[in-house]
Amino acid sequence: MALKDITLGQYFPGNSILHRLDPRTKILLTVMYIVALFLAKQLVGYGIMMVVLASAIAVSKVKLKTIFRGLKPILIIIIITAFLNLFWTPGQTIWKWGFLNLTVEGIWSAVFMVLRISMLILCTFLLTYTTSPILLTDGLENLMNPLKKIHVPVHELSMMMSIALRFIPTLIEETDKIMSAQKARGADFDTGGLMDKAKALIPLLVPLFISAFRRADELAIAMECRCYHGGEGRTRLRQLKYRKADAAFLVGGLAVCVAVGVLAHFGL
Amino acid sequence: MEAIIQTEKLSHIYSAGTPFEHGALIDVDFTAYRGEYLGIIGHTGSGKSTLIQHLNGLLKPTSGRVLFEGKDIWETKERTHQTRFQVGLVFQYPEYQLFEETVYKDIAFGPRNMKLSEAEIDRRVREAAAFVGLSDAILEQSPFELSGGQKRRVAIAGVIAMEPSVLILDEPTAGLDPVGVENILSNIHDYHVAKNATIIIVSHSMEEVARTVDRLVVVNDGRIPFAGAPCEVFAHEEELIAMGLGVPQVTRVLHQLKKLGVDVDDTVYTMEQAKAAVMAAYRARKGAV
Repeated sequence: MALKDITLGQYFPGNSILHRLDPRTKILLTVMYIVALFLAKQLVGYGIMMVVLASAIAVSKVKLKTIFRGLKPILIIIIITAFLNLFWTPGQTIWKWGFLNLTVEGIWSAVFMVLRISMLILCTFLLTYTTSPILLTDGLENLMNPLKKIHVPVHELSMMMSIALRFIPTLIEETDKIMSAQKARGADFDTGGLMDKAKALIPLLVPLFISAFRRADELAIAMECRCYHGGEGRTRLRQLKYRKADAAFLVGGLAVCVAVGVLAHFGL
Repeated sequence: MEAIIQTEKLSHIYSAGTPFEHGALIDVDFTAYRGEYLGIIGHTGSGKSTLIQHLNGLLKPTSGRVLFEGKDIWETKERTHQTRFQVGLVFQYPEYQLFEETVYKDIAFGPRNMKLSEAEIDRRVREAAAFVGLSDAILEQSPFELSGGQKRRVAIAGVIAMEPSVLILDEPTAGLDPVGVENILSNIHDYHVAKNATIIIVSHSMEEVARTVDRLVVVNDGRIPFAGAPCEVFAHEEELIAMGLGVPQVTRVLHQLKKLGVDVDDTVYTMEQAKAAVMAAYRARKGAV
């Protein structure tokens, strides 16, 4: 079943240096990477970004196939972006057909846009592939702590996020099960027009919603039974701690960011 | 006996190409005969659920073939679709798949997908409901207002209404009280007798399958180490225990008696048989003295 192979927000256990970095470091590095991606303007900048990403993937030891499978869902967006950039960028025309106007500038900007989107997606996927959802939300909560001063419900938000992440695989599994059960009764999810397909989803969605609500109820009771009362005064089993490697990576990340910015400034 | 479902060198690999890749079935040759009452036992993760999902074409074999009445079910799309109606599969906790406004409509979902006439659908729904002991009053209720046991029966009726010649049930009695268990098992038995249907029941309760089935198939680590009449399978007590299974309690007692030197027939697996065996052994000993 294809559903099982969805890798959204999925964690691949491992013991590489990327896996062992503090989640806050990895979140900050991802943010820096994205900033640098948008700073990069020309070939040299993009080249550096690609090398950085490639070495990060190599270090993470996550299989290439797995990483690139993450790009599949956004393939359409990538294609449309490339198409728009190719034919609607003003500049030196090399080929013209009707309203389609292929330009040299268009080719470059299409290449850069595709690279930018792909690398953006890949680097965020790398973050979720190498960081368990729990650590990820711990890291986010910790990074957003200062916002508590202005009454942002940081703990509640991160709790909601970790619960949501926790239940993605469960819900996918559940969807798979219900789909199989309805298929066993002759339901057909693949053929027919749009209306038929939408109607075919009812036997899937109704049980799925009911079970999601049931799960939410059970979870709430289970949390209350263990005296959960929000984030006030809550301590952690696993304390986050910056190590030397974190400092090194952060400095390195910052250096790349600045370098790309400076290069872009000089038009490289 | 005539085979109704067969698998030839059936293998299935989950999540191929990811770190989670694992073979759930390896070169499995499985046969179910027409009209038999078959039990499949295996502990959690042994591959038994994967196996049964191949039998009605829900999962596609990674390699190997699945034959229904001698024909490959993956030959054409139409055949795969038709096989789903011929081989009814009731999943574990089937009550979670109910979705319609009324019990009647939910049971009619399968027959309606078969594109039957309204009159035929009506006949089948009522007959299926009768098999599982649902009254006409319940048919008009919402399935979500029913008790757990009743929901389970509605879900089973939903599959029976397709009148499959093979009915497969994955742990149909899981989580029910003893009365509920008895009811479901006797409902299934009624269907078996009335339609001469092949029944395949998946379970990990030795007592339960031992009482009901003609033949047992053991699944372990994606293979079938033993298959045969319950008494033959239960003769492998030590191997079964090593697989995390076991034999019914009475069989264990009699195996132990034999080990202690009592000349007793230890191929039994129900209370009645055990009683007869012990009485026979007792009489033989008394006669000898």
